[in-house]
Amino acid sequence: MSVELTHYLIVGAILFSIGLYVALAKRNVVGILMGIELMFNAVNLTFIAFSRFVESPQPINGHVFVIFIITVAAAEAAVALALAMVVYRNRSTIDIDQINLLRW
Amino acid sequence: MDDTGTVVAFWILTIVTLGSALSVVIVRNLLHAVLSLILSFVGVAGLYITLSADFVAVAQVLIYAGAISVLILFAMMLTPRTARDNAETFLQGPALMLAGLTAATIAGVAAATDWSEATRGPFATTAEAIGEALLNRYVLPFEIASVVLLVAMVGAIVLVRED
Repeated sequence: MSVELTHYLIVGAILFSIGLYVALAKRNVVGILMGIELMFNAVNLTFIAFSRFVESPQPINGHVFVIFIITVAAAEAAVALALAMVVYRNRSTIDIDQINLLRW
Repeated sequence: MDDTGTVVAFWILTIVTLGSALSVVIVRNLLHAVLSLILSFVGVAGLYITLSADFVAVAQVLIYAGAISVLILFAMMLTPRTARDNAETFLQGPALMLAGLTAATIAGVAAATDWSEATRGPFATTAEAIGEALLNRYVLPFEIASVVLLVAMVGAIVLVRED
């Protein structure tokens, strides 16, 4: 029994859908952010798996993409958590069903 | 990849990664969910090592398991009056359906496609090649990434400043 590209792609698909569920269904903003990070991880895993298995002139490009994704994810996490702090300071909660300022 | 060590490592790391990702959904305490998330990040780093991506694995441990999880823990600790029960909203049913459909679609396509051409060997070294690619071919995105990080840092500081 050997491990092929398909195995990694299926693991990535399951991890992505778990992240999607967490990001869509959790009530706490921190929980939603955790789901987004899980989705980033699934996509990175898929990139690395393709980079490892698929023949290409520059196979290292997948790794470079993942480095950039990790960089942008770090920036995104910092800004998103700062936003959560600002919302908490103004509303004393970060539950998304109580943050309904834009509802009409 | 046929050698026994890699296969065993793949299955163990897959179980750890997906199990702890599932426990992010299931556990009813947000702090425990964050700890499961960290374990899931470490599991993904292990999967990177089985794919001979050592540099990315180290970056994953440093940035995800180190920096981002500490950031998430800080955000959780600094919002003490909010609910910690890791509960779902009314969107639980549709989200479950959408996530299931997404997993079924991607996994089905991945299983149905013929990947028999994709049999390249592992990388000998990755850090050297990544460094060369970042400083030759991708030097402009590399510089822009530093500006993005600076802007995000300044933006986060401005947002949370008291005045």
